[in-house]
Amino acid sequence: MMKELFPIKQVMGFVFSLVLTAVALAVYFLDMSFQLGMTILLVTAFIQAALQLVFFMHAGESNDKNAIYTNVYYAIAIALVTVFGTLLTLIWGYM
Amino acid sequence: MEFFERFAIPHPSPLIYASMVGIGLTVIAIVIGLTYFKKWGYLWREWLTTVDHKRIGLMYIISAILMLFRGGVDGIMMRLQTAVPDNTFLDAQHYNEVFTTHGIVMIIFMAMAFIIGMMNFVVPLQIGARDVAFPRLNAISFWLYFAGAMLFNISFVIGGSPDAGWTNYFPLAGTDFSQSVGVNYYMWALQISGLGTLMTGINFIVTILKMRAPGMTLMKMPMFTWSALITNVIIVFAFPVLTIALLMGTFDRQFGTHFFASTNGGMDMLWANLFWVWGHPEVYILILPAFGVYSEVIATFSSRNLYGYKSMVGSMVLISFMSFLVWVHHFFTMGHGPLVNGIFSVTTMAIAVPTGIKIFNWLLTMWKGKIRFTVPMLYSIGFIPLFTIGGVTGVMLAIASADYQYHNTMFLVAHFHNVIIPGVVFAMLAGLTYWWPKMFGFMLNERIGKWGFWFLSIGFCLAFFPMYITGLDGQARRMFTYSAETGFGPLNMVSFIGAALMAIAFILIVYNVYYSFRYAPRNVGQDPWDARSLEWATHNPVPEYNFAVTPEVNSSQAFWDSKKNNHQLFKEKRSKIHMPNNSGVPVIMAGFFFVFGFSFVFSIWIGVIIAALGIFACMAYRTFENDHGRYISLKEIEETEKKYGGAK
Ligand code: HEM
Ligand SMILES: [Cu+2]
Repeated sequence: MMKELFPIKQVMGFVFSLVLTAVALAVYFLDMSFQLGMTILLVTAFIQAALQLVFFMHAGESNDKNAIYTNVYYAIAIALVTVFGTLLTLIWGYM
Repeated sequence: MEFFERFAIPHPSPLIYASMVGIGLTVIAIVIGLTYFKKWGYLWREWLTTVDHKRIGLMYIISAILMLFRGGVDGIMMRLQTAVPDNTFLDAQHYNEVFTTHGIVMIIFMAMAFIIGMMNFVVPLQIGARDVAFPRLNAISFWLYFAGAMLFNISFVIGGSPDAGWTNYFPLAGTDFSQSVGVNYYMWALQISGLGTLMTGINFIVTILKMRAPGMTLMKMPMFTWSALITNVIIVFAFPVLTIALLMGTFDRQFGTHFFASTNGGMDMLWANLFWVWGHPEVYILILPAFGVYSEVIATFSSRNLYGYKSMVGSMVLISFMSFLVWVHHFFTMGHGPLVNGIFSVTTMAIAVPTGIKIFNWLLTMWKGKIRFTVPMLYSIGFIPLFTIGGVTGVMLAIASADYQYHNTMFLVAHFHNVIIPGVVFAMLAGLTYWWPKMFGFMLNERIGKWGFWFLSIGFCLAFFPMYITGLDGQARRMFTYSAETGFGPLNMVSFIGAALMAIAFILIVYNVYYSFRYAPRNVGQDPWDARSLEWATHNPVPEYNFAVTPEVNSSQAFWDSKKNNHQLFKEKRSKIHMPNNSGVPVIMAGFFFVFGFSFVFSIWIGVIIAALGIFACMAYRTFENDHGRYISLKEIEETEKKYGGAK
């Protein structure tokens, strides 16, 4: 009974999201190299976004599940292609 | 007086003053006409406040045809100027303005409006729905588009037109080189109408995913609906890039940032990059609905099932993704190494493969079919060879090293007109003729329509094929004139003659509307073309509620099944129908957007603030509004159905 009422998944998600925020915040307070700091920020940011989507925006909980995830993966793929393609054309591959 | 000086045109000419007078007189005539015939109320109730997808579709299409006229006049002026060497009809500055507005008007305000209008009218009918998922949002989309279009179109009489090309490359488009407000118009007109397009994208994805008739799985959707779905997916992923690029451009021009400057840490190539990250998917946004129309038309008039439904869908899904992988082919010559050019050369050639697959699908659909050469079918058949030429020259352009020769010449101009005119314009004319009875309950005259087709096709070939040759000979694009020694003269004259034939075609097409309106018989019945898909299962013209009873479907050509295979479309009993209410908020809100954009163009901040408040007020109103729609009673439905002849 208690188990059904208590949103254990959401609470865990909430705690985890706080942890991620704390880690990201640590980048500001601790002394570390720029590269390391950016890496930590990027990684925590993406995990954070995924977490929000799944736990708090209920991405997987309706029968639109497939449409929603297809859309998300598609968006990620296009974003990656655009960002890395742009870096390639304007910086790495520029003569 | 000082305040008004900013509205003066920086580079006037008698033509522009004449247009000013013309515009003024037209507006006065419209106002007087509406007042005299007491049509204001009708206009407001039936059109300005409508949320009906069919009427919104028609308003898009009417606007698109107006914009086709405007862009067409620009086109004719350019061909007239270049018809003979050293011509002085337009000077360099005017020529710049004319080719810039021609490009934007044709792509954003003509082609986009035409395809969105067609989707609006047809998609809900094809999937057996009563409207789109968010009818109110749909009205906002249209009115934002309309506000953007009007904003863009007044530029040449108030403050000056943009003149940096439809691609608007920085630093040319920056304040150093484009001092007039022209490029501000570009930024805001595209921004406002782009927002509308983005909303359309979301609206149609939801509509198609959620509102299909019972039994219509994804793989049983008619092909036009499939093409609309894919198109809107591309819209949703491509348009945000444009939104942001325009915003950054606005900041550069009006608030002194340096995103696209060549100094102070800016990067001028970034604009070109972002523009084409949006721009290449945009050309597929234009062409896919056209492919959808051709699929419907060719299947109907070959009296055959569309060949290779699955490969058609598959190739479109593939295109939707691949269209995001090729954008760099638009600036091969701007300084990347061979690695970058190599990669994008290959992706570009690869995308020609799924495009080519479709050509075979259509050919095989016609193979052994009983072909009827109606006007829509003529356009479709004309499209196949012409578009193939455009595709082949596209692949030529995709060869990066060769592109150093072709780039920025008339060869490129010939390529993209060769894909866009037989692709998009032919398709929209085919679709318009095909669905005309659905829209108005009578047919367009076939004889005049065929004359129109031949004038347009022959005109097109004469106008654009010579450009391949002069382009290879080195005639650069966007040059306002050339000397006689270049030898470009005769072919450019041919090109002008072609353009004139196309103008005649336009007149014929418009005349056909008038002629058919007066003389065509009205009782064409429900299925004048012997068609196959669901939209033909309701009356012509379509009643407000589309289908008296929601149809049930078990294939991609449900209507054909109901005619030939005893499929029963309508099983339920009639009952009252829930419909959305009309609303004046969308058009009012778009009015505020217009004022917002206009004030922003001229940096009149007080106007910007007031208009922004107005926009937020409209949103707030909507938030607190209590609107549950209304019901059409059973009695009303019975009466309407009886009027149509009562079948079913
Ligand atoms: C077979 C498929 C296609 C290929 C391989 C292809 C390839 C290319 C390439 C490489 C360019 C750039 C050339 C240059 O700037 O030097 C180009 C330009 C262009 N293409 Fe295509 N294309 C294809 C289909 C289409 C379609 C279907 C459309 C539109 C419906 C289209 C519209 C355009 C436009 C508007 C431009 C030039 C815009 C400008 O610079 O102002 N293309 N194409
Ligand atoms: Cu492209």
